[in-house]
Amino acid sequence: MTRMIERQRHIMDFTLAALLRRKGKNGALLSVYTLLVFILASILFFTHALKHEAALVLNEAPEIIVQRTMTGRYQTIPVAWSDRIRQINGVISVHPRLWGYKYDKDFLANYTMMVPAGNPPEPGSIDIGSGISRMRGANRGDIIAFAGHDGQPRSFTIRNIFDSESQLVTSDLILLSEKDYRDFSGIPEDQSTDLALQVRNPREYATIAEKISRMYPDSRPIVRTEIQRTYDALFGWRSGLMIVIFAAVALAFVIFAWDKATGLSAEEQKEIGILKAVGWETSDIMLMKFWEGSIISLTAFLLGTILAYAHVFFTSAALFAPVIKGWSTLYPTFRLTPFIDFGQVATLFFLTVVPYTVTTIIPSWRAATIDPDTVMR
Amino acid sequence: MILDPGILALLVSSLLISLMSLYASGWSIRILRRWDLASGSELQLALERRTYLISTIVSYFLAFQLVSLFLFIQTADSISHLFVGAMCAVGTLTVSSFGYPTLLLKIVTFILAGLWLILNHADNQGYDYPLIKAKYLLLLIMAPFILAETVVQGAYFLGLRPDIITSCCGSLFSQNSHKITSEILAAPSAPMEIVFYSSMFITFAAGARLFVQGKGGYFFASMSGIAFLTSIVSVISFISLYFYEMPSHHCPFCILQKEYGYAGYPLYILMLSGTVTGLGVGLLQQFSKEKSLAETIPALQRKLAAVSLTAFFLFTVIVTCQILFSNFKLEGY
Repeated sequence: MTRMIERQRHIMDFTLAALLRRKGKNGALLSVYTLLVFILASILFFTHALKHEAALVLNEAPEIIVQRTMTGRYQTIPVAWSDRIRQINGVISVHPRLWGYKYDKDFLANYTMMVPAGNPPEPGSIDIGSGISRMRGANRGDIIAFAGHDGQPRSFTIRNIFDSESQLVTSDLILLSEKDYRDFSGIPEDQSTDLALQVRNPREYATIAEKISRMYPDSRPIVRTEIQRTYDALFGWRSGLMIVIFAAVALAFVIFAWDKATGLSAEEQKEIGILKAVGWETSDIMLMKFWEGSIISLTAFLLGTILAYAHVFFTSAALFAPVIKGWSTLYPTFRLTPFIDFGQVATLFFLTVVPYTVTTIIPSWRAATIDPDTVMR
Repeated sequence: MILDPGILALLVSSLLISLMSLYASGWSIRILRRWDLASGSELQLALERRTYLISTIVSYFLAFQLVSLFLFIQTADSISHLFVGAMCAVGTLTVSSFGYPTLLLKIVTFILAGLWLILNHADNQGYDYPLIKAKYLLLLIMAPFILAETVVQGAYFLGLRPDIITSCCGSLFSQNSHKITSEILAAPSAPMEIVFYSSMFITFAAGARLFVQGKGGYFFASMSGIAFLTSIVSVISFISLYFYEMPSHHCPFCILQKEYGYAGYPLYILMLSGTVTGLGVGLLQQFSKEKSLAETIPALQRKLAAVSLTAFFLFTVIVTCQILFSNFKLEGY
């Protein structure tokens, strides 16, 4: 056992020294490899973190949301509908919600405005997210103004600033009273944005949704689990698409690696020839090549992963965010919660290390079976 | 199809592995037909060199297959909520009839690759390549399984349709969709506990006999095969329950998750390595009469039996500790 470990250790030692002797060639390979791992890992980590954030948000979402559509487009919903929907068995409560978005021209940002179900601010005062507070430099007690639907500015006193578990939700959020919101957005008294339903038994979701759409054919009931599924599929699809696009990069890398592995320099061939002449066996050379591949792969993999981690979780994926996030790029900045699991690392491994290894098996075998006398002659 | 990174990774790696095994099979046919150690021809020399390449390919394949087995389960688990009614990997695998066959093929190819490497190791010990024909025949048997796995896995992933919201309406499309059985049929726990412990006991006894007297290779191999099957049934029947501390959750995949301390990884890795090395003992038994291996095979069998026994022993210890020290008591279920 110890002999075997010693043998591996000596061969590894030799390989490392040999790699360091050809810094230029191996450095180029290593940096391209690291770049590839970095790109793929960034995509994976970022999507996963977004999924995680979305799941956190949706845990708090109502079980069923009822919207109204007209000519296939979204419309405000009459508050009176809630009374009939409340009569359906299994529906515990129906709550008409008021919310919407507001684009701030001066600060180039999109805000989410919402009337909270419980503990709304007094008319004239608002609660804001940390992103808005940071951007507008506004603190508790300050007065802040936004232009309403008619273009007239309305001013509010800041009651509170959020600091929540999921920054994605609260970063751009403004909470205000019902009276203020109707005045601000122009939604009539008898209308609301949508209806939020509370249903205790998950098995009844589908039946209740069906009853609602029969009751009001122009309504569009959406079940929470469907939103979760859709978000997941969407983020998964986006990152998959990015990976397919970067497959061209991966292919280029594989060709590069193949070229590097096949194009042994005369010096390297001579080196292998000498090793065999002094008594190394083909299997020893194969082992050396195995360690060479492992050292390069492992270094690139670790380096790429660490860089991607820093990129995604410290700079909020500055390079890819616009493509994967998909919504307003004017969004206030937010920081993601770090999260990595086995699946991501294994996926990354299969997309980078496996193709590299497969590409280099045959060239390294060729190198290992060189006849010593042909190269040294 | 779902364009998930995990799925892409699995498809890419399966394709690469299939290509590798096709290449290796091409050479195995040539080796089976033209191998002649007595000849000094150029072809024979080339074939001898190829054997190095092929054994390297299969060793990589074994390592990749182990990771891909777990990645497959992990991916199935992570996309489970795209389907109505699926709670974890079990649900996702039942969405299409190709799910479980893929998993089964992954396990089978892993075991075959392990056996091939054992055979290869034994073969390299003899000076005259005594097992070369058997070895390449096994490789030819393995290749269809690998190709089948790639095809079935491809069919499985391409056939998945997530239940998501369309732009015109929400729940109406998903509600009438398929019903998924999220639970696995489990054998009753009390008899299964007896079967599990007795099969482990017999395996230990057979292993000890082989180790000390060098007898009963086939018996030990078949016992380790049986121990593998009973372990899987036991994980579903009662072992998983002690990890989940729930009397009705029989999932063999959720123990791989973070919530249960990734306990499934050591358990399954021990189970698989115990089985591969145990079956390897039986495989080598067949060739113990080869002259050039007369000395090495019994020694190798002992080593393999020791690895197999250690793996099964650790498996049993982990399971027993969990049963004894878990807060959960499974009497009467």
